[in-house]
Amino acid sequence: MTYIRPEFRHPELPTNDLGYTKQNYEGSISTLCAGCGHDSISGAIVQAIFEMSIPPHNIAKMSGIGCSSKTPTYFLGNSHGFNSVHGRMPSVATGANMANRDLIYVGVSGDGDSASIGMGQFAHAVRRNLNMMYIVMNNGCYGLTKGQDSATADVGSKSKKGIPNPFEAIDLAAVALQLGATFVARSFSGDKKQLVPLIKAAIAHRGFAFIDVLSPCVTFNNNPGSTKGYEYVRDHLAATNTVDFVPMREEITACYPNQTSEEVTLHDGSVVHLCKMDDKLNVHSRQSALNMMQEYKDDGRILTGLLYMDPDSQELHENIDSAKKPLRGLTESDLCPGSKVLDNINESLR
Amino acid sequence: MSKKFNRTPLVNDLVVKFANVNGTGSASANNMFAKALFRMGLSVSPKNIFPSNIQGLPTWYEVRVNDKGYLGRRDGIDIMVSVNPQSMAKDIQEVVPGGYFVYDNTKPLDPRLMRDDIEFIGLPLTQICLDEYKDARQRQLFKNIIYVGALAALINIEFDVLTGLVADQFKGKEKLIAPNVHALELGFQYAKNNFNCPLHLTLERRESNGDKILIDGNAACGLGAVYGGATMAGWYPITPSTSVVEAFEKYCNRMRIDPGTGKKNFAIVQAEDELAAIGMVIGASWNGARAFTATSGPGVSLMSEFLGLAYFAEIPAVLIDVQRAGPSTGMPTRTQQSDVLACAYASHGDTKHVLVIPSTPKECFDMTAQSFDLAEQLQTPIIMLTDLDLGMNDNMSEPFEWDDERQYQRGKVLDADALENMTERFGRYLDVDGDGIPFRTYPGTHPTKGSFFTRGTSRDEYAVYTEDGSAYVDNMERLLKKFETAKQYVPAPEIINAEHGSSVGILHYGTSMHATLEAADLLADEGLAVDTCRIRAFPFAKEIEEFIEQHDTVFMVEQNRDAQMRSLLVNECEIDPKRLNKILGYDGMPLTAQFIVNKVKQKTAVTSNVKPLRRKTAGN
Ligand SMILES: Cc1ncc(C[n+]2csc(CCOP(=O)(O)OP(=O)(O)O)c2C)c(N)n1
Ligand code: SF4
Ligand SMILES: [Mg+2]
Repeated sequence: MTYIRPEFRHPELPTNDLGYTKQNYEGSISTLCAGCGHDSISGAIVQAIFEMSIPPHNIAKMSGIGCSSKTPTYFLGNSHGFNSVHGRMPSVATGANMANRDLIYVGVSGDGDSASIGMGQFAHAVRRNLNMMYIVMNNGCYGLTKGQDSATADVGSKSKKGIPNPFEAIDLAAVALQLGATFVARSFSGDKKQLVPLIKAAIAHRGFAFIDVLSPCVTFNNNPGSTKGYEYVRDHLAATNTVDFVPMREEITACYPNQTSEEVTLHDGSVVHLCKMDDKLNVHSRQSALNMMQEYKDDGRILTGLLYMDPDSQELHENIDSAKKPLRGLTESDLCPGSKVLDNINESLR
Repeated sequence: MSKKFNRTPLVNDLVVKFANVNGTGSASANNMFAKALFRMGLSVSPKNIFPSNIQGLPTWYEVRVNDKGYLGRRDGIDIMVSVNPQSMAKDIQEVVPGGYFVYDNTKPLDPRLMRDDIEFIGLPLTQICLDEYKDARQRQLFKNIIYVGALAALINIEFDVLTGLVADQFKGKEKLIAPNVHALELGFQYAKNNFNCPLHLTLERRESNGDKILIDGNAACGLGAVYGGATMAGWYPITPSTSVVEAFEKYCNRMRIDPGTGKKNFAIVQAEDELAAIGMVIGASWNGARAFTATSGPGVSLMSEFLGLAYFAEIPAVLIDVQRAGPSTGMPTRTQQSDVLACAYASHGDTKHVLVIPSTPKECFDMTAQSFDLAEQLQTPIIMLTDLDLGMNDNMSEPFEWDDERQYQRGKVLDADALENMTERFGRYLDVDGDGIPFRTYPGTHPTKGSFFTRGTSRDEYAVYTEDGSAYVDNMERLLKKFETAKQYVPAPEIINAEHGSSVGILHYGTSMHATLEAADLLADEGLAVDTCRIRAFPFAKEIEEFIEQHDTVFMVEQNRDAQMRSLLVNECEIDPKRLNKILGYDGMPLTAQFIVNKVKQKTAVTSNVKPLRRKTAGN
């Protein structure tokens, strides 16, 4: 089926610095189930990018296969998008990024897409510190193939079918930390206040910015026995910090009196402002992040917020020393050595 | 020379085989041998016969030399140079009666291995090295140079040519020249002093090589990718394709460093596997760069899903498949042409891919560069089918050429201005020109126009998801039309007709060319003229179908068990399979002309007794 979106624009719709309204950042109407967590994440992406005043065509949307991977149709309609094959978005994003380092790459994947079939590609994109934001819409199940347990389902968690999952869960945030990810966060689709600034910080980060977003599947995994349903997640959520993303030279919003605040300055001068709820987390230490996540987990709680970031990270292009301009813009004169050089090569082969 | 051999002197027609141990530095000595013959103006076709091993196992290097321009293999070893006791028993058996077995006689030969129909030439290689050199590695390395020196005396290799090669090889490390020349002299003198030189097989300078070059096909592909404007390569190592990307990198490091910034005007990513390698290529091509990967059979299997995506979503990609003997890991260091069907129809659903098939390094270079044009013009994967024989062996070739006026053909791409001025709605999959090829846009071109969603699911002409059957069928039909359009862009077949034409036609492709063309000469000498047609691309040009129609007896020569190109012809051109006789050599070694001659004679002896054969329908 196709949906035609009514062309309606309120004359007083707020615009961003570029003069675009939020509508310029929206996509076509979602065909996901009503109440699906993934739609809220799409909304958060639209909100963040609108507020950051990024020209929509400067973004490339990348995804794999799954309900989650369909969402790029539902946000940023003026950006090119690439819905690739199941679990292989990281490689397509890698190639795209190599071709044009000037675009911003927004990757969206599912827990099946990233923690099972695409685990290898996920790991290697992390390891190469590919410059992109990578969101996993984590519902603990395979939505699109009707609710099978995924590798992120917790031990004992029950999907709608009612059978407890016997296997250990893969925690993608922990895996990313161990693989050397330079930005790792966790959030919840129902917590836009936390998610929107996290997305902004992830986009501003230079390198691989990973956000594991718990995103309930209302159709197959939102029942009482599930640890990835709305109710369970809301009841067990614990934020380690709230985040505010401050573009260059803007005033920082204040924290509440009983909270400590910390600022992390990014490569482009923008600032990530943390209001800490738990002073024990040191966002500059992988070990601290891993320990805290485990501590909360043992306690039956889910730690959210910015877990780790390295503001000085070197992304893939820097590591391979490739040209500063987009490679795709190079022309014959930059690329082709010409016939004289070829004659010399011929001569050396005689 | 010993009396018991009744031999007539023979000039410029021999096969020398070196039996070495992997990892002992024999390669550079053997290359020097082949290159020397090349510089003497002779036709050489060296073949590495190596194990899937890094050190210790037997490895051979076979060089056929002649002055008729033949580059195929020939059966029968005239001179075996044996430096490997492990394989000695078998190596002795391979020598033709009247031939020579050159060996290290520091230790006496096991008398049980002796044959009295060949001549044994003992060189005390180990002893000479023990006397001359202190260092163990030197003793091993110079042993190789010494036997080349001995061969110079035995078969008349011009000594100046050898010293010239040493000088070239050690340019910048001049200290090494004298010791190497000395080693050559040691071998030369020993042979001169102890044997009746030259043997009955000798070499003589010819001037028939013109401006030809000697290079392996993989290096030529890597260079072609540089000239063709590739900026991105994603790859995963696999024999025999590895040296394609290695060559690309080597040439890029020499010719693609930005003079102003010192930065690289290219990006090479060693992927985690072949799925990722082709995924990267597709991502980069989608985003407007020219990108490629190189692999071999197992990699093609892994890339299949992505190739289907690129076909259906119409994304350029260049894939160089250097074929080896399958199935599975097969014989990973032996040659074959057995990925034809796997590549032509790679991936599930109705898919077809454009194939280009080179036979020489020059064609590797040309077709690699051209593949980037084709991929972008046709917006689809282009798969180049080469093989281990062409890819990893030095092949004599016409020199590379480049027209400095040449512009890259970037295909139908709308830029920001075109989008700005566009009044109608942009349809990514709309066949505006009737050739089945739609217009595309690169991401990041225009803030409000020209964006679309690339997907492997069915969609309408405006890239909007649809499960409407007729929209799906329309799109699939357009893809067929595009494939038809491809025929006018891909390399044309090469048809060589016998002087007066013939009713016998031989189809061949890739490295089967050398043996086939030589076989055509041999058959003509025996009074059976044949026409030949070399397939250089899929989809098949009309001329190929006509060639089949015009000949009463048609052979298809290929290096696989299942006659894969024949199946493709039968399937795509609706040809009666009985019309295509199979000639299949697939033991992992390059074909010989004699093999083809025998097969042709077997068949033509049964179906025809009229000689010489005349073509039924005239035409060129
Ligand atoms: C190679 C391949 N195998 C299987 C599938 C079928 N498939 C489609 S989506 C999916 C699982 C998606 O799960 P997830 O990534 O968690 O996304 P969700 O739908 O839960 O958002 C599977 C197995 C496929 N498309 N491709
Ligand atoms: S099946 Fe689940 S994941 Fe998929 S759209 Fe419905 S609620 Fe969302
Ligand atoms: Mg899921």
